Amino acid sequence: MSSSGPSADVFAVLDLPAHEQAARLRAGDLTARQLAEAALARVHAQDASLGAYITFMDEEALAQADEADARLRSGNAGPLTGIPIGVKDLLSTKGTLTTAASRMLEGFRPIIDCTVVARLREAGAVFVGKTNLDEFAMGSSTEHSAFAQTHNPWDLARVPGGSSGGSAATVAAGGVPLSLGTDTGGSIRQPAALCGILGLKPTYGRVSRFGVIAFASSLEQVGPFGRDAEDVALLLQAIAGLDPNDATTAPVPVPDYREEFARGIEGLRVGVPRDFFVEGMEDGVRQAVEDAIAVFERNGAVVDRDVALPTVSAALPVYYIIAPSEASANLARYDGVKYGFSYHDAASMWEEMEQTRGRGFGDEVKRRIMIGTYALSAGYYDAYYLKAQKVRTLIRRDFDAALSNHDLLLTPTAPTVAFRLGAKTDDPLAMYLNDLCTLPVNIAGNPGMSVPCGFSEGLPVGLQLIGRPFEEATLLRAAHAYGTFTDWHLRRPPALASDGAGA
Amino acid sequence: MTTAVATEYEVVVGLEVHVQLKTQSKMFCGCAADYFDVEPNTRVCPVCLGMPGMLPVINRAAVEYTVLTGLALGCAIPQHSKFDRKNYPYPDLMKGYQISQYDQPLCVGGGLEIEVDGVPHYVRLERIHLEEDTARLLHREDAHGEGYSLLDVNRSGVPLMEIVSRPDIRSAAQAGAFLRKLRQTLRYLEVSDADMEKGSFRCDANVSIRPRGSETLGAKVEVKNMNSFRAVMRAIESEVERQTEVLTSGGVVVQETRGYIDATGTTVSQRSKEEAHDYRYFPEPDLPPLDITPAEVEELQRRLPELPDARKQRFEAEFGLTPSEAALLTETRAEADSYEEAVALACPHGVDKGRARAVAHWFIGDVARLRHQEGGEVELSATPLTSAHIAELVTLVEGGTITLTTAKEVLEIAFESGSRPSAIVEERGLAQVRDEGEIDRIAREVIEANPKPVADYAAGKAAALQFLVGQVMRQTRGRADANSVADVLRRHLDAG
Ligand SMILES: [Zn+2]
Repeated sequence: MSSSGPSADVFAVLDLPAHEQAARLRAGDLTARQLAEAALARVHAQDASLGAYITFMDEEALAQADEADARLRSGNAGPLTGIPIGVKDLLSTKGTLTTAASRMLEGFRPIIDCTVVARLREAGAVFVGKTNLDEFAMGSSTEHSAFAQTHNPWDLARVPGGSSGGSAATVAAGGVPLSLGTDTGGSIRQPAALCGILGLKPTYGRVSRFGVIAFASSLEQVGPFGRDAEDVALLLQAIAGLDPNDATTAPVPVPDYREEFARGIEGLRVGVPRDFFVEGMEDGVRQAVEDAIAVFERNGAVVDRDVALPTVSAALPVYYIIAPSEASANLARYDGVKYGFSYHDAASMWEEMEQTRGRGFGDEVKRRIMIGTYALSAGYYDAYYLKAQKVRTLIRRDFDAALSNHDLLLTPTAPTVAFRLGAKTDDPLAMYLNDLCTLPVNIAGNPGMSVPCGFSEGLPVGLQLIGRPFEEATLLRAAHAYGTFTDWHLRRPPALASDGAGA
Repeated sequence: MTTAVATEYEVVVGLEVHVQLKTQSKMFCGCAADYFDVEPNTRVCPVCLGMPGMLPVINRAAVEYTVLTGLALGCAIPQHSKFDRKNYPYPDLMKGYQISQYDQPLCVGGGLEIEVDGVPHYVRLERIHLEEDTARLLHREDAHGEGYSLLDVNRSGVPLMEIVSRPDIRSAAQAGAFLRKLRQTLRYLEVSDADMEKGSFRCDANVSIRPRGSETLGAKVEVKNMNSFRAVMRAIESEVERQTEVLTSGGVVVQETRGYIDATGTTVSQRSKEEAHDYRYFPEPDLPPLDITPAEVEELQRRLPELPDARKQRFEAEFGLTPSEAALLTETRAEADSYEEAVALACPHGVDKGRARAVAHWFIGDVARLRHQEGGEVELSATPLTSAHIAELVTLVEGGTITLTTAKEVLEIAFESGSRPSAIVEERGLAQVRDEGEIDRIAREVIEANPKPVADYAAGKAAALQFLVGQVMRQTRGRADANSVADVLRRHLDAG
């Protein structure tokens, strides 16, 4: 960073959405390096109270910014060239520590980028750092991290949601306009809701998982966080599409997401499934979501409030069979033999492996490995894993049916606003229930998105949009339209609004 | 236990054969699959090292090789197949699980026709599935005698095809015949080197015995660690002997895994049924289901080469060979190809069974002998000799240009030098002496110089003529036709 520090003007640009930052860069109002310096200054300054990052990438960010400036000068810049981005520390970054917030991967530096990061590098993005998460993405509050405690920028005594809490918090706090998260059961949408920003979980198979440290392979997707629909569209545009290194990516063409914005929501058929308004949902959340649905209706959408998705209640148990089962295999490779944490002071090879795993993994991770191992065991497979897969098929069919005559479903993203740090850490089931509205979408594989739709007790509430497979364009178009009718997405957390500028 | 008559037991054996496929790249990544004689840990990448976040991509060639094998062995190829994760912890397993196939293998059923002492026997197959090989642990000892292990990841992810027979094998000899036939077929298909010593062909045996006439299977003992066909046969024999002893002494055979010890030729217990792994199989979520369309199967069916049995039968019918000649010439695909090429060249106007058989005799006789001298199983293509040489040799003999004796000499020269037989004959003046006058002159000289055999001949000793023929042949350095030499000699002697 330059010794003088970025000017207030540069911080003002940093507060803009990414697409406007890109316009200023192209116009030559400032350089990518100046923008990167501002972003780095702000994320560093904020992090003492926010705890959003595990690793900062200052040196690399500035080098990327210089390259971006060269591209901007040569007229070879894309919409993300020079834009500061936060990357969830579950995504492999070549040569940069990638920990999954686990002691198990302390000191681990991947030798290749994950596909998504490689694509953003190619697009000229600037990575400011690796953001905090629940260990191996297992959690809904980012409290299960071996390295940092992330706070909600709207109330530092509260959680940012999770597992992509760091990515959500840094975007909400204005450190970066965009970040990447992963969503296995709500890990993008729920923290987006709790932090008052937008977050999108793409259709399963829309975005490559290659190089993303695996938790539950059949459920998770990488997706964008942003402060408006256009930014989210930009980032999704850059990362979506077939990847020869990921056999589960689909050969479905990626449309130009922003091109569809002009169509608006006139005549859009919107379904509201009752089953998502679960027991125990906070009144303020319910009210904000109802109000948002009314906004859609007032602006020409055709709202059907009588949509049934009866199998949705089974999503939670199905999720907690399938995800831990896959995790129990995905995490088997961490044995201390090849990389990461390794315990050596044991009598035998087997004991070393046991000690490595016993000491390297946190409690929540161990809990899920044990649940998954049990569910897959001989004699239990049919009763648990196989049955869960059958119910999964039913849930998928329910979504297909509900979306056969609706373009979009609207639901709450989470049943509560951000809860207090430590409030649910001793009660795993209470924590799991916070993902009740988001889990079913991962089970079905459809795309889902959370959009800020109001406040309850001074804390942000999220509206969840669910679409047909590979119709992210519809979600983004609806989110963009909603953002023109309301200004919830423009509200910034007061405590941190001017942070960085004065730092 | 008192039994009036000793129970006679029937041997029941099923084999599980692991075959490394010789594809260019590994099963799920782009690394070269050939690791033999390669510096350890040089054919590796993040995928086969099991680094976090890495994903498998199916090597379609390995799938094709497996289906090709299935088609050759008469298996059904289901349209839907899939990969599963087989979970077990071991340091040579880079991901902590092996990607294999559990309940929907690529090939189902089928079988292999074998023959032992002229008795044919059909061994049915259960299935053929595809999986990935593990890394290799090399056990070492340090200066203090403390054991440690080194890990070579080159083998990790090499495509491995598992062929599982049904328990249709009734003797060690049948097991040997099954393995030989299987290896021959795999080599014909060119899908694997199928070399047990190099580890590209591995075999475990499930051995049990039961009272003859019984339909139920006895407790199954899985025998591992055999590294040659001979070892497999000895392991089965020893295991059958052990189980028979256990039963006849009133004991019970327990289901377990046993290891074969080559030095003693016996098996020792490794793992009981209770200690068996629970592999916790579940469908591999990183790979989409594997669909093989009927069109793909048809395409592979077309790629199937003529298989050993069919080729043997055709050789008998088309070239007039005996079953044993045909078997020898179809032992390997390369041998059969070389033979057919030579026949085609020796018979430019269509197959002449006489010439085809003459070609066969060269292949089986002198050519095989020369190749054997070169250190066992040297392929013809690895010697200077070609099919064209052999065809030319046969043509020279059949046309009377050289005698059989000369031909053998020419063959040896061609085998060493790679020169064409016609060129050798020309260069060295080896063409047959056909000049009647010349043979007549030498015959008279020989009669003159050998009064004793001449007298013997006159006394009615037929063997004496053979001696005189031999003398003439020696003078002509074998370039004369022995029959006409005998005629000329007889004419002089009888007249004399
Ligand atoms: Zn590899």
